[in-house]
Amino acid sequence: MLAGDDDILKAAEDWRKAGRGVALATVMETWGSAPRPVGSNLVIDESGNFLGSVSGGCVEGDVITEAIDVIASGQPKMLEFGVADETAWRAGLSCGGTIRVYVEKID
Amino acid sequence: MKLDILSALNAEREARRAAIVVTDVTRGSQWLVRAADIARDALRDTLAERLRTGKSGMAETAQGRVFLTVHVPSPKMIIVGAVHISQALAPMAKLLGYDPVIVDPRTAFATTERFPDVAVLAEWPDTALPKIGVDPYTAFVALTHDPKIDDPALHYALARDCFYIGALGSTRTHARRIARLKEKGISEAQLKRIHAPIGLDIGAVSPPEIAVAIMAEVTARLRSRGERDQRGPVPLSQKARETTA
Repeated sequence: MLAGDDDILKAAEDWRKAGRGVALATVMETWGSAPRPVGSNLVIDESGNFLGSVSGGCVEGDVITEAIDVIASGQPKMLEFGVADETAWRAGLSCGGTIRVYVEKID
Repeated sequence: MKLDILSALNAEREARRAAIVVTDVTRGSQWLVRAADIARDALRDTLAERLRTGKSGMAETAQGRVFLTVHVPSPKMIIVGAVHISQALAPMAKLLGYDPVIVDPRTAFATTERFPDVAVLAEWPDTALPKIGVDPYTAFVALTHDPKIDDPALHYALARDCFYIGALGSTRTHARRIARLKEKGISEAQLKRIHAPIGLDIGAVSPPEIAVAIMAEVTARLRSRGERDQRGPVPLSQKARETTA
């Protein structure tokens, strides 16, 4: 059974209520082909546990790293990921699109 | 996001009510608008339009640029008929995020042995359906082939504006069904909403293949939600699937 958006937002609430530091990442804009539609969520806790997705797995690693910063600072961030190239292969979208992901702390 | 906004949002989702989270990305402010409160919000026109299409996204408003996260209830699927096709359709619907419920008064069919891990109600539709909560976020599939069971079920689904209504049977079977339902006073426009022969035309033969065809047609209808009034019917088979007649 795949996690629906229901489970992701419920997990965000449950994790926070259990006292964990939690951030929510949301795909806000996409250009070109993007693997996950606008509105898709990824929930991350301070230890790097996560549920959901904002891409096909290409940029989740970077979003999780940034989310841990957001949990610490409390300041929301807008992240942008574009086409994969030789110098930016670590956080590129292999499908060739661009996405903007908003990361905010649940507090 | 404030925890109280998230908790309130989850409560709306739990109750199968639509809601929109408005995020002002530049100012960092955020608020929740319940579907019932949209008329009172300053962004009501934009919000109402978003709710109709069910699509999240950025919006330019008088107050600046905001992101709207649109939450509409997850779809459920009601399958009338605990038949062979249903045995494939129910787990498939679950995988696609639907909450399937099977209704069939024939106790020999509606057993947990035949349908492990699926809600099964061995009751007549008139008794079972009011308990399930049939709403516009419901896909409704009638598969018994028995007019005594399918007809009242379809009548009920049409009255509740389910986003998808499909019925098993060939073109000839469906023509007889239409004639019976017309006699019950259901309008032509309402009857046109029934997808029959059910499923996209992929040449399905076996019960699991027919389940794929049904699931594909339901998905097409779900994802074109909002264009309901403008769009034509999802392409259906020109020739009836006689194997299901």
